Amino acid sequence: MTQNVLRTEHVTQRFGGVIAVNDLNIEVNEHEIIALIGPNGAGKTTAFNDITGVYRPTQGRVIYTGKDGKEIDITGKKPSDIATLGVARTFQNIRLFKDLSVYENVLIATHLHLKSNFLSAMFRLPWYRQEEARMHETVERFLKEVNLWDVRNEKASSLPYGRQRYLEIIRALATDPKLLLLDEPAAGMNPKETAELTEFIRRIRDEHNLTILMIEHHMDLVMEISDRIYVLDFGNTIAKGDPAAIQNNERVITAYLGEDEDA
Amino acid sequence: MEIFQAIANMTAAGFAQHLVNGISLGSLYALIAIGYTMVYGILLMINFAHGDIVMMACYFAFFGITAFHIPWYLTFVGTIIATALLGVIIERTAYRPLRDAPKNSVLISAIGASFLLENLANYLFSGRPMHFPDIPFLSSMVPVGGVQIQAICFFIPVVTVLCLVLLLHIVNHTKTGMAMRAVSKDYEIARVMGINIDNVISITFALGSALAAVGAIMWGIRYPGITPYLGVMPGLKCFIAAVVGGIGNIKGAVLGGFILGLGEILIVAFFPAFSGYRDAFAFIVLILILFYKPTGLLGETTTEKV
Amino acid sequence: MNKNGKRNFLLTVVALIVLFGLSCFVQGEVDAYIRRIVNLCLIYAIIGLSMNITNGFAGQFSLGQAGFMAIGAYMVGIFTVPVNLRADVFYAVPMNPHLVNIYMPLWLALIMGGILAAIVAGLIGTPVLRLRGDYLAIATLGFSEIIRIIITNANTITNGALGIKNIPSLNDVRYIFLATAVSYILMTLLLSSSYGRAFKAIREDEIAAEAMGINLFHHKNLAFMVSAFFAGIGGGLYGALLGTVDPKNFLFTLTYNFLLIIVLGGMGSVTGSMLGAVIVTAGLEYLRIFDEPLEIMGVAIPLFRPGLRMVVFSVLLMVCVLFWRHGIMGTKEFTWDKLINFLKHPNFGRKKEVQRK
Repeated sequence: MTQNVLRTEHVTQRFGGVIAVNDLNIEVNEHEIIALIGPNGAGKTTAFNDITGVYRPTQGRVIYTGKDGKEIDITGKKPSDIATLGVARTFQNIRLFKDLSVYENVLIATHLHLKSNFLSAMFRLPWYRQEEARMHETVERFLKEVNLWDVRNEKASSLPYGRQRYLEIIRALATDPKLLLLDEPAAGMNPKETAELTEFIRRIRDEHNLTILMIEHHMDLVMEISDRIYVLDFGNTIAKGDPAAIQNNERVITAYLGEDEDA
Repeated sequence: MEIFQAIANMTAAGFAQHLVNGISLGSLYALIAIGYTMVYGILLMINFAHGDIVMMACYFAFFGITAFHIPWYLTFVGTIIATALLGVIIERTAYRPLRDAPKNSVLISAIGASFLLENLANYLFSGRPMHFPDIPFLSSMVPVGGVQIQAICFFIPVVTVLCLVLLLHIVNHTKTGMAMRAVSKDYEIARVMGINIDNVISITFALGSALAAVGAIMWGIRYPGITPYLGVMPGLKCFIAAVVGGIGNIKGAVLGGFILGLGEILIVAFFPAFSGYRDAFAFIVLILILFYKPTGLLGETTTEKV
Repeated sequence: MNKNGKRNFLLTVVALIVLFGLSCFVQGEVDAYIRRIVNLCLIYAIIGLSMNITNGFAGQFSLGQAGFMAIGAYMVGIFTVPVNLRADVFYAVPMNPHLVNIYMPLWLALIMGGILAAIVAGLIGTPVLRLRGDYLAIATLGFSEIIRIIITNANTITNGALGIKNIPSLNDVRYIFLATAVSYILMTLLLSSSYGRAFKAIREDEIAAEAMGINLFHHKNLAFMVSAFFAGIGGGLYGALLGTVDPKNFLFTLTYNFLLIIVLGGMGSVTGSMLGAVIVTAGLEYLRIFDEPLEIMGVAIPLFRPGLRMVVFSVLLMVCVLFWRHGIMGTKEFTWDKLINFLKHPNFGRKKEVQRK
């Protein structure tokens, strides 16, 4: 039996009278790529926010299996604690540190594993310097991996949109996650770029031994790399299964295309 | 137990006097707090200069009567108009240019405007305390059941309630008020709907400042020593009152004003040993309310969108 | 990069030695009035940078500097007055018997003041740092006033509203220069470390910073406490420079001086704070001419009288934020690399055009 990396149990999120996510039960197994799809407003990003601690679910639990193989209940934990446990994410509308350099953006992401306290850092004690040197090595490796090394001193906001997406992904990778959550990574990309991104996602999954959960609208991308797909509509899970099954699912087609008038 | 001692020593008349003091101070705070809450409701900023607008209004009234010998009732009308204008001018020069700037810049500009008004008053009118002129009847003491109470104390709550009724009428039942509520609800949508945002903001500042002027005149009669810095502490406390009541909510501002005014007076009455900490009371209330109910007593809860 | 790092380090050391030599010269050759201004510049530079840590680097708009300064200044006031002179100071209410015989040398009192300010900041930070923007500003300003009110009322410790006189006066440029240099080096090292980068991340985007595993509360509190520590040190030096401390010295309007310093210098720039401090302090002294009656060719100009200086000061603050929001440095820094680059290729103002292409 493969092990769950992430499991949501009956997660429900209400805002006032609105139910954004209703009884969400997803399972993500080690090394899988899982897609979360559905029309706008289906509650996908809310589900991400529930998982990463931005919101506290109104009901239900989020269970994560950390690097040590132990299951942890991460429901309602602080986002920073969840990130430290190995869950990294990107954002739908790209949240880079806009006025900082490309280099600093990635460097900041390595801060969470820093063991030296602020006094060691202030006095530049030997163990802090070792850690800092390692952080710089990590950043260099990641930036070279996605060809951003040459623009490392540019402001993050000065990069073209597509490059910003890549920067955000490697910034998340620099936190050394086990589970990566990608919120619409291909948004705004043309088919060629999307194809490249598909390759990239597969590559980082293999090279960094990741498990990936992503929200995406580009069906080419979703159908090509997802192991399994969950479909949300108005907060409810209306279908789940492998890409082939989802493509032929009546309810999914209805949700996307709207009710047929004759039906 | 000091408190029992204090209560035991307090006669019914003495208590009534504290109560009257507390209610009139609370009413004054309420009038000033409305200005903070209206501006915050629309621009999401603290008009740091609001307390100093109160101070300027005191000086307007002072000079109208003492230097220009205008009859006091005409002076009061003039003061209200001049103060409303001052509020609009401050908005146009200090806040409007920064409408799209980061919030911290607006905050710094507001602090600058406040500091400028204080320093300007200090320069123009000197730092020496001046004595607000005595107004016939209003400034006199009236004997009530063995204690002397200043006549204005009975007018302050009445005027405050009248102002509140008038303001609520404007906000809830006129076209301008509707525009104000629309801008406060959703700035962008209101703009798209063709509401003249600049006008609405100017009217908001004018109304808030006019109410501050009413408060300032009564403040001057009640506490006649006026200095360039008289608006600082009331200003801070009234902002706190607005937060306590739920920022953006006019009735909340009034409620907060009364809580702070009454609380401050009664604490000094019951715990004379703490009278030195009188000004700290408001800040402690602020911390408590932000800790337990950050949206204020009458405020709505909101969730930030990610 | 390493080669440059070594060179820059040497240059910094040389610059510090030169500046120290200069401060020895100022101490020996210049009159007390100018020395006082130089000292004030140095002290304001410490406090300006301390305020920049929270406001400019961590992006938390705090207005509590005057309160933390007061803590440092009173620590110096209470413990460095010679024991035999204390009865003169506390003539109205005698000093607390537990404290009356405790004496500290200045350096110890400075550090203790910094530590106490940091502890108070830590306590205040717990409720206050959950707030944002305007609310945080008001709450920190409120606490600054509460600190002042407590000081005014704690008669047996602080001598209340009468203040503390007879503090051994320190108008020594060398001492204050060294204190400033050490403070600046420590703050710069912290800000350029991983912690400093975490502060900047919080300033840029709190939600993204949290998603990167940065604990908002811990880091905001760290920034707040370090800021208070150095404000305490600066306040202690300020008290020692004045020779007296009085609760009225620490009204929250004092904080506005440092606000102008960091706005003018650049929110988020270490070297900007230094520049801002020199310009504002020296400028405020220079503006004193506005407060003196002025006669031009026998005609008295009526505008010049006490108070004009502060009017000009507040207008400057407004102009600065309205028309020159990023100040002199913005979030940039003066670096040796830039200077050397400039000396090698002195292309005045042309660089910008090249960059745009």
